[in-house]
Amino acid sequence: MSLYDKFSRLASEREQFCTSGINPFGTCIDDVYSATEGRIGNQKVILAGTNNYLGLTFNTQAIADGQMALATQGTGTTGSRMANGSYKSHIALEQEIADFFNRPTAIVFSTGYTANLGIISALAGHGSVVLLDADSHASIYDACTLGGAEIIRFRHNDAKDLERRMIRLGDRARDAIIIVEGIYSMLGDVAPLAEIVDIKRRLGGYLIVDEAHSFGVMGATGRGLAEEVGVEQDVDIIVGTFSKSLASIGGFAVGSKAMDVLRYASRPFIFTASPSPSCIASVRSSLKTIAEQPELRQKLWDNSHRLYDGLDKLGYKLGSHISPVVPVIIGHKEDGLRIWRELIELGVYVNLILPPAAPAGITLLRCSVNAAHSEEQIDAIIHAFATLKNNTQ
Amino acid sequence: MHYATAYFNYLAYRYIDTAMLNRKIVMDYTLSCLQDMVESGLDIKPDSDLVNDLGLESIKVMDLLMMLEDRFDISIPINILLDVRTPAQLLESLIPYLENINEPV
Repeated sequence: MSLYDKFSRLASEREQFCTSGINPFGTCIDDVYSATEGRIGNQKVILAGTNNYLGLTFNTQAIADGQMALATQGTGTTGSRMANGSYKSHIALEQEIADFFNRPTAIVFSTGYTANLGIISALAGHGSVVLLDADSHASIYDACTLGGAEIIRFRHNDAKDLERRMIRLGDRARDAIIIVEGIYSMLGDVAPLAEIVDIKRRLGGYLIVDEAHSFGVMGATGRGLAEEVGVEQDVDIIVGTFSKSLASIGGFAVGSKAMDVLRYASRPFIFTASPSPSCIASVRSSLKTIAEQPELRQKLWDNSHRLYDGLDKLGYKLGSHISPVVPVIIGHKEDGLRIWRELIELGVYVNLILPPAAPAGITLLRCSVNAAHSEEQIDAIIHAFATLKNNTQ
Repeated sequence: MHYATAYFNYLAYRYIDTAMLNRKIVMDYTLSCLQDMVESGLDIKPDSDLVNDLGLESIKVMDLLMMLEDRFDISIPINILLDVRTPAQLLESLIPYLENINEPV
């Protein structure tokens, strides 16, 4: 038996999708021209398959700050913060994030995945019980497994289902950890956070909200869904990422003063090299931009509505919520692949998502818009979908 | 027969009987759920491999567990699935969670 035999089924399934054309699960974007345009092979495309929600990847100030840090502090830290020390900029960024959220403590991680892994695995150890939304990101599942907690799933965005499961736990519910996301990355739908907070108030437990896709996108100042719903005081920890609205890479968690101890208890924090100085510098710059330019969020939502409405008028089946993630639901995965490739030929890059990454056995063409898309670009995306619709009728 | 012994025998009989009955009910329900989850025409048996024989994605197996939780009104962590490959193994893993139920489920 070879080392990779257990993956033979996966390998043959993936091969089917890669034999005749561009590989949807390893697409090479040959050039990136801006936050909204790139090139795949010979085809110039509108980038409508990124998480660059505020369009800040080419922000002039963020690039300048990143370049300055690169020149003055070097290419990398080459080690973990506990063993090799923190750079002054790591500590400054943590203070700035804490201030942004009006919380006593922020901890910076090297990726968004590691942020969930680090926080949840440290808190959800053996003997703990976690209730998580069935559609939670893999990092949340992996974190619970790493920690060793008992994992109870509740039906996606179903607060009543969560309540039933909390009641079944009896006294254990008081110490249970509930984990939800702000915006879910596949269908762009939003957690019923007010109802979930109500359950927590009545039955106890702790609440962690992953605002990876909602930070910078929701709330009066961009702090996410908890801010938008007005329940920040009821959320014990907010986890987020730098790789979406903040247009870089890394992650963070904000919480109470007591959370600071996790720096010494969280293995994914302790044993990972810290983010590079240029990365930290560009995040600090973009965080400032988010605070100073709320109009970016308005533009993002205008674009989201424009795309959603345009595809809806064409008769495409979409997700139930309007958000920067606009999923087009396709019946069969073979159709999904064909349409995905045709869209590239028409100059539009979106994401092909197959089950089990897509929930409920569906195939998705996940479109995402950002604040840097012009109205003309949004219309061009809609036009490409219209062309496909005409071709198949 | 001493009263205590008789009572003990009654409890033992009732417990064993209930436990056996519950095993059958849980297996029947598991197999009926699987009927709705797998491609039609597949032969579903207690020793069928959920992934390799029945083609279930791991997420579907977790959904099955959720259905069992609701049907029998118990909490079952998905951690138990680590060692589960077949419906029969699933049933064995569920036994500790059914033990507190002294009535037919």
